[in-house]
Amino acid sequence: MMRTWHRPHYIIPQAKWRWLLWVCFILYLIVATASIDLHWSRVLEGFERGWRFVDAFLHPNFTTRWSDIQSGMIESLTMSLTSTFVGILLSIPVGIGAASNISTKSIYALCRFFISISRSMQEVIVAIFLVALFGFGTFAGFLTLTFATIGFLAKLLAEEIEGIHKAPLEAIRATGASWLQTLHYAIMPQVMPRLVGLWLYRLDINFRESAVIGIVGAGGIGATLNTAIERYEYDSAAAVLLLIIAIVFLCEYVSGYLRKWFI
Amino acid sequence: MLSIQHLRKSYKDTRLVLDDVNFDVQKGEMVGLIGPSGAGKSTLIRCINRLIEPTSGSITLESIELTHLSSSRLREQRRRIGMIFQEYALVERLSVMENVLSGTLGYVPFWRSFFRKFPQEKIKKAFGYLGRVGLMDHVNKRADELSGGQKQRVGIARALAQEPSLLLIDEPTASLDPKTSRQIMRLIKEICKEQQLPAIINIHDVLLAQTFVDRIIGLNEGKIVFDGNPSELNEAVLTTIYGKEEWQTAPQEKEAPIATLTPESITVKLELAV
Repeated sequence: MMRTWHRPHYIIPQAKWRWLLWVCFILYLIVATASIDLHWSRVLEGFERGWRFVDAFLHPNFTTRWSDIQSGMIESLTMSLTSTFVGILLSIPVGIGAASNISTKSIYALCRFFISISRSMQEVIVAIFLVALFGFGTFAGFLTLTFATIGFLAKLLAEEIEGIHKAPLEAIRATGASWLQTLHYAIMPQVMPRLVGLWLYRLDINFRESAVIGIVGAGGIGATLNTAIERYEYDSAAAVLLLIIAIVFLCEYVSGYLRKWFI
Repeated sequence: MLSIQHLRKSYKDTRLVLDDVNFDVQKGEMVGLIGPSGAGKSTLIRCINRLIEPTSGSITLESIELTHLSSSRLREQRRRIGMIFQEYALVERLSVMENVLSGTLGYVPFWRSFFRKFPQEKIKKAFGYLGRVGLMDHVNKRADELSGGQKQRVGIARALAQEPSLLLIDEPTASLDPKTSRQIMRLIKEICKEQQLPAIINIHDVLLAQTFVDRIIGLNEGKIVFDGNPSELNEAVLTTIYGKEEWQTAPQEKEAPIATLTPESITVKLELAV
């Protein structure tokens, strides 16, 4: 006799409810699509503007606004490098404090709270606030990116520490090593390779973010980009975007190269 | 030397993992701790250096009470208790030498260990231990490049680098092949004899235990159910320690039809065949 087998449906065992769910889902899709307010004439108009943008990309203009682009680039690079560096330094103690396997309960709660705050606020919002506080310019941008970097890297460091092999940690503790020595001998070697990758990844996130927060007044290449778009100088804007892409690619390449040294 | 009195350990759910454990270990004595999985063997040896906090009872090493030490005093005592682990527990990304020197961390200030500026005397001794375990050619290799047996030798050298007065050894051969297991056990035995070191060894393999240790303690559900000479281990004793099983299913019966073998009896045969 042939025995058949079907994978049981664990979530919704009855077939009729499953079908009903699908029908509801498709109905919702239809209704939702119908509710989108779409003006085809406006889209056609937009096509033309979009085309101008694409066209400008094919003829990027690096020369006309070069001095603006150059100073913006330098500002952005300075901002992202300094904020990544300071962010890394500050994320280390916070991340260690937020790792449940080596921290105490109260410090753990405090560090996790800080991380949640840092991560729940989008960079642009923080930037608007800090620009209001410190005025237009790169200092506000630097603080924004540092704040975001701490939350991001501390969370990932804490998770990395929580995921280490327990045996070497136990072994180093058993030698009578102090807390700092345990951290340095049992934990650091295990987390370093991934951590270096994450640091470089954050560097290129910060560079890209610096372009975004520049639009709300935090200086850097974002300000240059914003001005170019407002003046309909799409060819200069294209030049800025191409430079950003090139730098992110470069970060990616360098990151891959550096990580090989640490694995 | 080492004295354990009325040692108890329970977790939150009030289940006793260790229930009134009492025994003494003399200088140079190798004690094999056997018992089924979950009998509390690992917990027992970890209570001695307080990687696990005992609930009550007393543990004294050379007349120093270990159970109530402050954390800095505990570190001073921990460094005198060498530990060897089941999965070697090396820091895989560090070199063999760094792993051995990590045994001296309890003696060395943080800045020295941070910059790898270990005292010359410790380095000289570390070379000595690496020579003793036969790893002189691998000093600067990364630990993850070594074979299982070699890793366990590094583990032994690290424990020796602590200049211990006691060795705690947790399943030293559980991830090694039979031949390497015997070599490692022999090495541990020789070192204990040379240095008159007492050792407590958790071990699954009864035959290996019988061959190499001086005394066997059988643990079942947190209680000591046997304490005696390895030669006294017989079928009745094994049944009290592990529960009922055909202990005499010996290697000479290996022609028996395979269909009658239960998984348990195969395990027993494999263990006895070692």
